[in-house]
Amino acid sequence: MRVGLVLVSHSGKLAEGVAELAAQMAPDVTVVPAGGLPDGGIGTDYDSVLAAVERAEAGGGVVLLYDLGSAEMTADLVVESLADPGTAVVVDAPLVEGAVAAAVAAQGGADRAGVASAASSARGGESATPGEHAGSAETTELTLGNDVGLHARPAALLVRGIAGLEADVRIRLGDQEADGHSVLALMSLSARKGDRIEVSATGTQAAEAIGRIKSLVERNFDE
Amino acid sequence: MGCGATEVADLLRAGAATITEHRVELIDLDRPIGDSDHGENLNRGFTAVVSTLDTAVPETPGGVLKIAATTLISKVGGAAGPLYGTAFLRAATALGDRAELEADAVFTALRAGLEGVVARGKAVVGDATMVDALSPAVDAAEAAVGDGIPAVLAAAADAAEKGADSTVPLVARKGRASYLGERSVGHLDPGARSTALLLRAFAEAVR
Repeated sequence: MRVGLVLVSHSGKLAEGVAELAAQMAPDVTVVPAGGLPDGGIGTDYDSVLAAVERAEAGGGVVLLYDLGSAEMTADLVVESLADPGTAVVVDAPLVEGAVAAAVAAQGGADRAGVASAASSARGGESATPGEHAGSAETTELTLGNDVGLHARPAALLVRGIAGLEADVRIRLGDQEADGHSVLALMSLSARKGDRIEVSATGTQAAEAIGRIKSLVERNFDE
Repeated sequence: MGCGATEVADLLRAGAATITEHRVELIDLDRPIGDSDHGENLNRGFTAVVSTLDTAVPETPGGVLKIAATTLISKVGGAAGPLYGTAFLRAATALGDRAELEADAVFTALRAGLEGVVARGKAVVGDATMVDALSPAVDAAEAAVGDGIPAVLAAAADAAEKGADSTVPLVARKGRASYLGERSVGHLDPGARSTALLLRAFAEAVR
């Protein structure tokens, strides 16, 4: 069962907009916006957040993100009031980046802790430290042929494509390097059509990871 | 004199009445440093608590406080809903199913409420929040436990009023007022004020 997401915001429009963005990169994840007051005003509403958590729960648990101030308190209170508070977790993360990272992780099948950790490490798209994967290193160079380069949707496809593999993937463009498991890090490379990227992977499934990325690039990310 | 569910319900009714009476004052306190909704939100919440209690009063003081907590959480919103809701919820839990309260139980409930507010809002004394009223109130209540419930609540109300006044020269470090930084100096914190108002209403209702 996939982890569901709830976005707690003071503004209904903000929550819906972020949910829309996250859902585009993770079509099979339930992302439920819980923004604003029932009358449409600005604020956070306990009952709306509770209902959103119930909708987002598909058996794999729920991760909640919030915008500011009392939204965190409302989210905490909702989680504490659940029959089993262990099934949901409130994550301190930037709302937009955190929601995107969490949605992609959930799409890739990460568990609740994995999704929460993807969200909380999504601060400005900095690269994570390389993992401790054993096995040989594989490297290849690929030229991006799709129109938008490593923009949001292709970056999300790449991350999802290698999710769950025993491989630590790094992508280089010029002197910049990004974590291949982070949509935001990949986007921050600003790799465009015609750019040549270097893909390196370590771990027992390094070759499989490289193969999948190569296939995506060759298919122009199905654009 | 013990204090049962009916008496606790009457305290909450007195609290609701004082919030209604001071609604505009709380709105005015909140306007320059917050979003001027504190008086309106609390009034809506406590009015709903009274309506619920008018339908049925639970059998225990803890049950009454729990009803108040869940109603405030649903109806108040903002930061005050989760904060007051958590305070009443923790107080209810601390009282368990005892049917009559003595002074020490009232103190225990107040302390549990403070702990709940601190856990929820992560504020400490000096941040210009309701903790500045509630924390000295709990200390004063503890010192008065030997003198009975009216003395406990009177001591708590006195200390809460002083504590609320102490927020005027402070720089707010929590909530929306904190976005103002130094410009929050010179304002009485609305949450500290409503805490003091509620405790004074409780104290007068048990006299």
